[in-house]
Amino acid sequence: MKGNYDKAFENVVRLRVMSILMVNAQFDFNSFKELLDVTDGNLASHLRNLENQGYIQVEKTFVGRKPQTNYSATAAGKIAFQEHLDFLENLIKENKT
Amino acid sequence: MNKAERELAEIKAMMERSTRFLSLSGLSGVLAGIYALIGAGMVTYWIYGVETSLFEGIDVLTTREILNRTLVTALIVLALALISAYILSQKKSQKSASKFWTASSRRFLSALFVPVISGGLFSFALLHEGFFHLIPAATLVFYGLGLINAAQFTLNEIKNLGYGQLILGLIAAFHPAVGLICWALGFGVLHVIYGSMMYYKYER
Repeated sequence: MKGNYDKAFENVVRLRVMSILMVNAQFDFNSFKELLDVTDGNLASHLRNLENQGYIQVEKTFVGRKPQTNYSATAAGKIAFQEHLDFLENLIKENKT
Repeated sequence: MNKAERELAEIKAMMERSTRFLSLSGLSGVLAGIYALIGAGMVTYWIYGVETSLFEGIDVLTTREILNRTLVTALIVLALALISAYILSQKKSQKSASKFWTASSRRFLSALFVPVISGGLFSFALLHEGFFHLIPAATLVFYGLGLINAAQFTLNEIKNLGYGQLILGLIAAFHPAVGLICWALGFGVLHVIYGSMMYYKYER
């Protein structure tokens, strides 16, 4: 069967984070928090998890005087997510026939 | 199976909600503001200027005539503003090599125009019923609500612009005597300020 069910995306927060990073070149911590409606600690731990897997990368910058933490998907992360998507799509297709 | 479908729907929803319509041109805001100021200036002249001008008694306009001219001016200002916004935003999206007509631009436009078109029709109702003095307030309030509603799909600055219009609209509602001034401040001055702010921040 094509695709691969990736455990990294089993959790809904990580799935959402990766979905967002697939269509946005960069996304910052506070925007994630606002959109996903999760606590700081929860979000940080899921982001660290994805980072440890090598799926996302972190970049700290300053906007004026405010520090901003930007996240972006790595090439490996994009491939892994695409495979996860393929798996889900195939699963649905197979169940329909 | 259900779980896979739910996950795909989840992914799609997140992708849609996280992308914003970023091609909105700041320059078009400045132009819209200038058109509005010119329009408001012309209307002010017709209403107040003619009576005090040197040609007193020669060129006095009837209320009917002022109304007709105001309506035509308003429609021309609106049309010019929309055309500039469309052309400049499309240019901006070409420059950044992003598509202009996407799910995010459609969401932005429907969030903005549902309140704005309702406001336009509501203003025609006011016109029809003879409540002319409330038209500046109505257009400002509905436009402000539209901007606040649409801000989540585009640059964040739009939200503050929306609150500004809303506040001016409410002032105009309670003090119809300064309605036209509020209208010129909202559609004119605020547009120029926010348009140039956005231009310097994002487009230079």
